[in-house]
Amino acid sequence: MSTRDDKEQIALLQGTLDLLILRTLVFGPEHGLGIARAIQKQSEDVLLVDHGSLYPALQRLEGRGWLKAKWGTSDNNRRARFYELTAAGKRQLTVEAGQWRRLVAAIGRVLGPEGAEG
Amino acid sequence: MFRQRRLSDFSAEIQSHIEMETDRLRAQGMDAAQARATALREFGNRAVCEERFFESSPSAILETLLRDLRYAARVLRKNPAFTLVAVLSLALGIGANTAIFQLVDAVRLRMLPVKDPQELVQVRLTSMQKVRGSRLKSDALTAPIWDEIRDRQQALSGIFAWGSMRVDIGSSGETREIEGMVVSGGFFPSLGIQPAAGRLFTDSDDRPGCGLNTAVISYAFWQREFGGQASAIGGKLAVNRIPTEIVGVTPREFFGMEVGRSFDIALPICSMAAFPGRNLTKAGTVWWLTVMGRLKAGWNLQRTAASLQPLSAAVFAASLPVNYPAVSVSDYLQLRLMAEPAGTGMSDLRDEYTKPLWLLLGIAGVVLLIACANLANLMLARASARGREIAVRLAIGASRRRLVRQLMAESLLISATGALLGLVAAQALSRLLVSLLGTQGNPVFVNLDRDWRVLAFTAALALLTAILFGLAPAMRSTGADLGDVLKSAGPRGSTERTRFGIRRLLVVAQIALSLMLVVGALLFSGTLNNLMTVETGFRQTGILVAYTGFSGMHLPEGRVASFRQELLERLSAIPGVDAAGDTDTVPLSGLSTSNRVWLDGASISQARDCLRTHIGTGYFEALGTPLLAGRAIEPRDTAASPKVAVVNEAFARVVLGGQNPVGRKLWVEATPFEPSAAYDIVGMVRNTKYEELREQFAPIVFHAESQNPVAALSDAYLIRSRLPMNTLIPAVRGVFQDVEPAIRFRFRIFQDGIRDSLMQERLMASLSAAFGILAGILAAIGLYGVMSYLVARRRNEIGIRMALGASRREIVIMVLRESGLLLGVGLLAGTALSLISAKAIATLLFGLKPTDAGTLLTAAGMLALVALAASYLPARRAANLDPTVALREE
Repeated sequence: MSTRDDKEQIALLQGTLDLLILRTLVFGPEHGLGIARAIQKQSEDVLLVDHGSLYPALQRLEGRGWLKAKWGTSDNNRRARFYELTAAGKRQLTVEAGQWRRLVAAIGRVLGPEGAEG
Repeated sequence: MFRQRRLSDFSAEIQSHIEMETDRLRAQGMDAAQARATALREFGNRAVCEERFFESSPSAILETLLRDLRYAARVLRKNPAFTLVAVLSLALGIGANTAIFQLVDAVRLRMLPVKDPQELVQVRLTSMQKVRGSRLKSDALTAPIWDEIRDRQQALSGIFAWGSMRVDIGSSGETREIEGMVVSGGFFPSLGIQPAAGRLFTDSDDRPGCGLNTAVISYAFWQREFGGQASAIGGKLAVNRIPTEIVGVTPREFFGMEVGRSFDIALPICSMAAFPGRNLTKAGTVWWLTVMGRLKAGWNLQRTAASLQPLSAAVFAASLPVNYPAVSVSDYLQLRLMAEPAGTGMSDLRDEYTKPLWLLLGIAGVVLLIACANLANLMLARASARGREIAVRLAIGASRRRLVRQLMAESLLISATGALLGLVAAQALSRLLVSLLGTQGNPVFVNLDRDWRVLAFTAALALLTAILFGLAPAMRSTGADLGDVLKSAGPRGSTERTRFGIRRLLVVAQIALSLMLVVGALLFSGTLNNLMTVETGFRQTGILVAYTGFSGMHLPEGRVASFRQELLERLSAIPGVDAAGDTDTVPLSGLSTSNRVWLDGASISQARDCLRTHIGTGYFEALGTPLLAGRAIEPRDTAASPKVAVVNEAFARVVLGGQNPVGRKLWVEATPFEPSAAYDIVGMVRNTKYEELREQFAPIVFHAESQNPVAALSDAYLIRSRLPMNTLIPAVRGVFQDVEPAIRFRFRIFQDGIRDSLMQERLMASLSAAFGILAGILAAIGLYGVMSYLVARRRNEIGIRMALGASRREIVIMVLRESGLLLGVGLLAGTALSLISAKAIATLLFGLKPTDAGTLLTAAGMLALVALAASYLPARRAANLDPTVALREE
């Protein structure tokens, strides 16, 4: 809980969770909790992954054939379900990452330099 | 790749997540219990998460559906009374709709059971208005025209013609008629019909001069008469007493070309030359053949019709009958042929019943709507009883969509069960309807096998009703404010007020719709009553009609008239017979002959169409039609004496401007069979109906059969007697057999014929009455439910009122005023609905306007009475409340 009080956190935008999951799995197979913590860590605790949304999202990505999963054993000897990127998942990541960058750049152009709102 | 994943696997994954998180928190220094609690809290709502898993996986959707249905079945099993009422009322409503739709389907929509029926086109005249002669069938052609078309046309591949003819297969004096179809040689080959046994006709069977040699019988006739035995083929059947060889049997599914009829025997067209009476194969003024053909590959209707057009002139020039009335020759030469789609066959039944059937379907639909409103009311009541259950489920995380889906599963289960039962009931109902449509002389055959259209219709009804009665209650009951429902003491929450609005609205709609149906029912029964009591100008009871044929007797031409008279005298002499007469046209039998008539001295341009009947002596006496002036036809009117005529009042009024017609002379225009002739008017009789009960009295000219230049070899005897029919018929049969064994005859009770002519009216009256009563009962149940509910909801308030001194009477009046308001609004809306929909039935009514005020008032009064009775019970219950008990409840 300590991390939450310290910094301002941003709830994930609809649809961005998929992108982040795909990106996280580039580094190799990982289980759900691992993915959530990786996103949190990589975003320097700005992004908070709602665990309740994470698993349905994983399920959805698996359903689309972008991930595959199998049960395995975690670092501390717990049974966990590990997810891995498929070839289709890698292609999807490239597409979505490109789209996201264009979106951010475009929104950035519209908003202008920091402080322009004032 | 992706495999179906079970919920347990998903739950295990979440479980492992929580355990790993707990491990992590403990590693950070929390104690075991706290770490676990924190991990659980951080994860959030597991149920919701699992719910979302469910919704995301395709197999899970099916699984949820099954679970919903199982749950729904359990809920419904626990409420047997509710389930029974709901399922039965839907079964009734859907059954009635399906039954009527089945008829619409069979009569209106279904294609003929032949090869590629969509390629069939009918060749007919652009208009039948100007043709002269006997029209035995609508849109038919004569045999000479058919011959010309067949030999000249190139636009169609496979052209063929057929007509309908009743055929006598009796071997003794009394005729035994079966349904005959007279077909061209190309008929069976062009339709692609294969024999069930033996062979069917080809062109070689249909050659001029073929005589009555070969016959094809239908599968049903084969089974009925010969038990389906192969030995029937090659055997002989007496057709009009000529032994005719049966060469083959048509397949079981082929009922003929006319929807609503079936055929027993088929004969080639050429064999008509061997039939008694006029030779139809040469008759240029008998319109009896329907001509059809198959579109050529790649040709559409327009192209076919266009290539038939230029043919017309040659066809009609070549087929012009030699004795065609001179004034009409140019009309004949200008007749034109056209082509139109004919894949669903021909049907008089269709022409007559299309509108009533669609109307009945509409009425049945409204009844179903009223039943749905009742069910919606029941569902709403149940939903509010389950308000807390639903609120609790929403509170612990069930999504609204999920709950709506579950409630809809219940509705669907009810409607599907109702539809299944309805489908079974519909089969019996439609059979009953068809048997009601048929009459003695005109059996109706309709193929009632359920096809995909009927099944789709029923399935659609099930779905639609489920949505109608289930969706709104489901949306409402899950849309309530949770806090309010949970806080309220009982199942009655604060959202009741708005929900109650819907229930009132439903009741108002029910009353309005049932008023419309009751008005319709009253209009139709009023029409039937008007027609049954309408002044016909003759007696209807105690008259037997004996149709006779003399062709087998080989009477010399000059003997026919005297034989007819002798027979009449023998019949009149039967003890118990009050009067007997004969005619060529029995009134209200549907037969009609007319020609242009003008007064002597007037010019032919002033001629007007008058109905004609040839009668013998005793005709008016037998029918009890009073003679108003002059005399009737008498034995002294013979072929040798001056030609005489009797006219009716309408003739005097229309043609003579009300003057006494006796002593005047009238002219009748030439026909193909008789030249123009003058007749002395010797008498005038009271107006009588001629072709049908609905007609206005029209001018009729009665001629003496004895002076008919075309000696008819048939006659209808009208025998009026005090004897019961089952004594009279054997006596008359005895006379026929005694006088001349070769005479052919069959009997018909006059009144039965008239009753049969009111078949459609009777059907509309009884069905609309049944539906009207059903609608009224359903609306009353709806009102009763709502009023009971209202009283239950206001127990507290009523208790207070009573405690403050309101009398029981005041309480009853208060409740009745409430229901009176609903009733009033409903009746008002219903009146508007009735007036709007009145136009649709105007043509089906007789002697009544569709907006008849008396009918509207009667219907409203009847409904008001039922509604008051239905709300009196709840009102009494309210008045009998014990205020102390009612007040303690809260």
